Amino acid sequence: MSEVILSDQSFEAEVLQSSVPVLVDIWAPWCGPCRVQGPIIEELASEVDAAKVKIAKLNADENPATTEKYNILSIPSLLVFKGGVVVEQFVGVQAKDKLKAVLEKHSA
Amino acid sequence: MAEAQVYDTIIIGAGAAGLTAAIYASRRAMKTLVISQDVGGQAATTDEIENYPGVDFSDGPSMMMKFKDQGEKFGASFIFTEVTKVEKDVDAKGTPIFHISTATERFIGHSVILAYGLTHRHLGVPGEKELGGHGVSYCATCDAPLYKGKTVAVVGGGNSAVDAALLLAKICPKVYLVHRRQDFRAEAILVEQLKQLQIELVLDSEVKEIKGEGRVVSMVVYDVNDKAKERELTLQGIFVEVGFIVNSKLIEGLVELDQRKQIIISPDAETSQPGIFAAGDITTISYKQIVVSAGWGATAALKAYEYLQKVKGFRGVSIDWGLAKTPTIIATAIDPAKS
Repeated sequence: MSEVILSDQSFEAEVLQSSVPVLVDIWAPWCGPCRVQGPIIEELASEVDAAKVKIAKLNADENPATTEKYNILSIPSLLVFKGGVVVEQFVGVQAKDKLKAVLEKHSA
Repeated sequence: MAEAQVYDTIIIGAGAAGLTAAIYASRRAMKTLVISQDVGGQAATTDEIENYPGVDFSDGPSMMMKFKDQGEKFGASFIFTEVTKVEKDVDAKGTPIFHISTATERFIGHSVILAYGLTHRHLGVPGEKELGGHGVSYCATCDAPLYKGKTVAVVGGGNSAVDAALLLAKICPKVYLVHRRQDFRAEAILVEQLKQLQIELVLDSEVKEIKGEGRVVSMVVYDVNDKAKERELTLQGIFVEVGFIVNSKLIEGLVELDQRKQIIISPDAETSQPGIFAAGDITTISYKQIVVSAGWGATAALKAYEYLQKVKGFRGVSIDWGLAKTPTIIATAIDPAKS
């Protein structure tokens, strides 16, 4: 599975209504550390069980409404949504192992 | 925990120094691992690079990704996580080996190159830690666009503080620049630009507290000449640009440090501990420049190679140390003598 590319329009259906936990990587093209996080997210997406979790990316530049709604003021920001609410939030580049462990916890 | 993988050299940090060390080490057919929390270090937060020889112009992230790709091409492996522990041990022959731990794994290095640079100095005031990522930022180039239309403050008086204030003034209706002195350390040309923009200078002032729950709502500053004189600035964002320090927690007691906790190195990038080398901003070098750090990264890798030759009879092919190692294609494809 590869990661889902989100937009302000698809956020509700893809994330808030999702039946499985969703990891959302909020990034922007101008942000150096985000370019490090990106490939980690892609790798993670190829390794997880799509029936249990969803991996997604949101471009903060193109989707200001969602970025504003969740008060994103530092990127990369990684949010885990479960049942439509934020259950975990990290700021700065996060390692794959750590994210995997967090997702396992919430999909159990 | 699975059995630790063994490397000829483990490089901690992936800025200009660490990545150049990775290129040089892997070209010498050393089995090389880079462990870092990011790619590019401070250089990756720079918008414009115009002083790297042979490169007319680049932005920091692009140039640093090229450094990394080059290291990867020659066979270096990368893991993006935090190193939690560096421990010295000895093998059966009494030669030092090093255990490098992360939160989930452990690796063994016959040599180590410390190249993880500097970390942002924090203000150390109430509210700063709690509101990190929620209005308190340490990277203006990363986060400034997210503060469009908001009221913000920059704390600091050096080039990076003035740069951040100038950047923010283009997109924010109100920018405060809080500095604990009257004069700026920043270059005169930058300070001159400050005066032309709508930036309110809050001088002779230090931060006392950052207020807010879940998001920053204000910052309290006080007059350094009269601590009772306080002022509360209502704002949504604070950019902390008060310089950098060495995170010495990992290496204290392992290698010799100077008073500022920088690693003391020989002209060949050796530390006081045989087998541990250091390069770049984490060391006592005077100039924190990409080209300088790259040079030191190369020196550290070449010296580590020489060290391994001496202690292990290492010939640049990853076999026959009595350790289970998979020879890589690199090991046979490149003649170290030619690199």
